[in-house]
Amino acid sequence: MPQPRHSSRRQFLSLAGGAAVLGAVPVVTLRPAEATPAMLASAIRNVVGEAAVRTGKVKLDIPPLVENGNTVPMTVSVANPMTADNYVKSIHVFNEKNPQPNIGNFYLGPHAGRAQVSTRIRLADSQKVVAIARLSDDTFWSVSVDVVVTLAACTEEVI
Amino acid sequence: MPSALINVPRTAKRGDIIEIKTLMSHIMETGYRHLASGEVVPRDIITSFSCRYNGTEIFRADLFQAIAANPFITFFTTATESGKFEFEWIGDKGFSETASASIIVE
Repeated sequence: MPQPRHSSRRQFLSLAGGAAVLGAVPVVTLRPAEATPAMLASAIRNVVGEAAVRTGKVKLDIPPLVENGNTVPMTVSVANPMTADNYVKSIHVFNEKNPQPNIGNFYLGPHAGRAQVSTRIRLADSQKVVAIARLSDDTFWSVSVDVVVTLAACTEEVI
Repeated sequence: MPSALINVPRTAKRGDIIEIKTLMSHIMETGYRHLASGEVVPRDIITSFSCRYNGTEIFRADLFQAIAANPFITFFTTATESGKFEFEWIGDKGFSETASASIIVE
């Protein structure tokens, strides 16, 4: 009886395959509450206060297409001299759709020589990343970059 | 076991702008993940990093959950005199680690 044996083997394989797929799917898929553009705006307001934020001077190097949102290399640099009376005081980085809107605040001084900071960040979704620099004359300059994320961070299960 | 990796040039000329690279091993648990049982994994992150150059703070950072595990931070400074860089990481659950590196400025 070769026919039934074949079909049962096929059935077994398909069952096993199905089980493997089921096993790979997290039991509870959790989607944390997203930071909203309003939260992004208020996080930025917390830093800049009432000051106007102009576009320019700041450069945000981040891959436009990210395969793994758990670790995304990011470099922020500010085209500004670092002299005693004209320097970058701080760099603030924000995101739009992670569970919370802050990424990091970096405080520099004139002695830094170059206003550039690199780190690795997490991105929970395709979104906008905003970097804002505060200069010694208390003006704020910003840049925003759109990033597409294939594998989101923060959502995976703890095993 | 927490461990830090620091990369500072061993020697520099006075006035050179040098790059400092730091990495601290840390899980940076966001507090947004859940166990299969539904329990929230409590937040456990490094919240602050600072660097002092011969006692003067030259760089400081506030870190948030959006910083990837094992925070890697690089920044620049001007080599002014021979001496010591001291690094400090402070975080949740009483996490506090220090590291140092020395430089010879000619």
